[in-house]
Amino acid sequence: MAPKAAKASAGNARPRQIRWAQRWRGWRRHHSQSAADSLAKVLQQPVSSAMTWLVIGIAIALPTGLWVVLDNLSQLSGQLDRPAQLSVFLQMDAQAQDARSLALTLAQRDDIHSATFIDRDQALTEFVQRSGMGELAQGLAENPLPHLLLIDPVAASPDTLAALRGELEALPEVQEALLDTLWLQRLQSLMTLGRRAVQLLAALLLAAVVLVLGNTIRLAIESRRDEIVIVKLVGGTDAFVRRPLLYTGLWFGLGGGVVAAILVALGTLLLAAPVNALSGAYQSSFMLQGLGLVNSLQLVLLGALLGLAGAWLAVARHLKAIEPR
Amino acid sequence: MISFERVSKRYDNSHDALREVSFSIDQEELVFLTGHSGAGKSTLLRLIMLMERPSRGRVVVAGADLGKFRRGSIPRHRQSIGVVFQNHKLLMDRPVFDNVALPLQIAGFEYRDINRRVNAALDKVGLLDRVQAMPLSLSGGEQQRVGIARAVVGRPSILLADEPTGNLDPELSAEIMQLFVDFSRVGVTVLIASHDLALISRLRHRILTLKEGRLVSPAISIDGA
Repeated sequence: MAPKAAKASAGNARPRQIRWAQRWRGWRRHHSQSAADSLAKVLQQPVSSAMTWLVIGIAIALPTGLWVVLDNLSQLSGQLDRPAQLSVFLQMDAQAQDARSLALTLAQRDDIHSATFIDRDQALTEFVQRSGMGELAQGLAENPLPHLLLIDPVAASPDTLAALRGELEALPEVQEALLDTLWLQRLQSLMTLGRRAVQLLAALLLAAVVLVLGNTIRLAIESRRDEIVIVKLVGGTDAFVRRPLLYTGLWFGLGGGVVAAILVALGTLLLAAPVNALSGAYQSSFMLQGLGLVNSLQLVLLGALLGLAGAWLAVARHLKAIEPR
Repeated sequence: MISFERVSKRYDNSHDALREVSFSIDQEELVFLTGHSGAGKSTLLRLIMLMERPSRGRVVVAGADLGKFRRGSIPRHRQSIGVVFQNHKLLMDRPVFDNVALPLQIAGFEYRDINRRVNAALDKVGLLDRVQAMPLSLSGGEQQRVGIARAVVGRPSILLADEPTGNLDPELSAEIMQLFVDFSRVGVTVLIASHDLALISRLRHRILTLKEGRLVSPAISIDGA
């Protein structure tokens, strides 16, 4: 309390004359301190924080999970694309020799992977064996089946397949070329519909996440009202007041993103065994694909961004209203 | 350093808190502001801190017309002023150190400097041994001294105090007033609102008296009246 002590502190550097490098380090320190403080505040109330994380996690996991399912379905249908064969029925009077050479010619084409010739007699024998309708076949005067070429095309898109079908049907030896793409088209439009529905759901749920976080931060602002007033009274800028609140939003969003990634991973894990058993039963090599590490990290990042967005929304709306009175 | 030019402040309920107040305070001057409660002491301090805007007139602080300050530049203005509040206004969930460090943090000081300056400020108010104490564990006088340490830690050019000795016993009050006198001696402009006439008249500094929003004893007014 001696005047000498007072003299030592007054006079020289005033706050506004701080060098930029120093100010930068102070700024960074306030960032790390705000981050640590708000994390500590979030962890101080483990139950209510966990609830918030779960709400956000579920809201993010729901559309993500559906997206994973759709993604797997489209991979599955991609695998089904391959056996999309063209069945080329030849004229009834076509000879086996001509049919065989036509198969060889067609197999040379770039857009055809392979062409298999199926003899009409062989086809009838197979039909009799498989269907067990031998008596019916014996009653027939002659073999009603034409020679058949099974074409395995290279092309994948429905348009090119249709074009190929038209070309084949135009050949003089060919009576009819059939391409069963209708079910594929239906599946694809169903998938498009599914994707659109998931996008809509995702947009709604993400908006909900932002609002939930905004409300959480609004409560945080209310509970820190006195502190905000004091900080403003001693010259705290808006950015200074905002910083810990934005970090609070970041932590809630980040935690929610982690919960979402865990939920999706758990769901994938639970579904993997039955799906693999199912695809084994169909002799398919299909395996359920989860999110993977990179996508899971993106999910966490998304959560963090939503948290920041929610906090920003709340801060922009409510912070200006708190002024020292 | 601080000058009021015919400043009036009328609140929404048509109550005139200040009427045509004019005075000016030089650097290194310590001035007391007194008057009954409701006479306009707090309003006057709030105008200097830009917590309020005058209805009429001009307030000039450190050469800057406060009427020209936009909302965004208020924080910087407040950073240059140290304020001691009547009800302390401490962060109750933070230790003494954090409370005193707050203005330095806001100004962007490094931790090393903050540490040094906070300790120096607490040493000055005699609370160096309570650095890590929580405000609630301190007595009223100690809390007030934490508030003073926070007000001076950023080495402001202007120090305002609103009833700084409000609930303190006479001995402690005299001690705290002596602190303010020390600050004014090292170049700080000090303005103290207090109704403790007995105490402030002993200290022989200029006294501004407000009565129903008017200045009744302007020792030096800018129009020389």
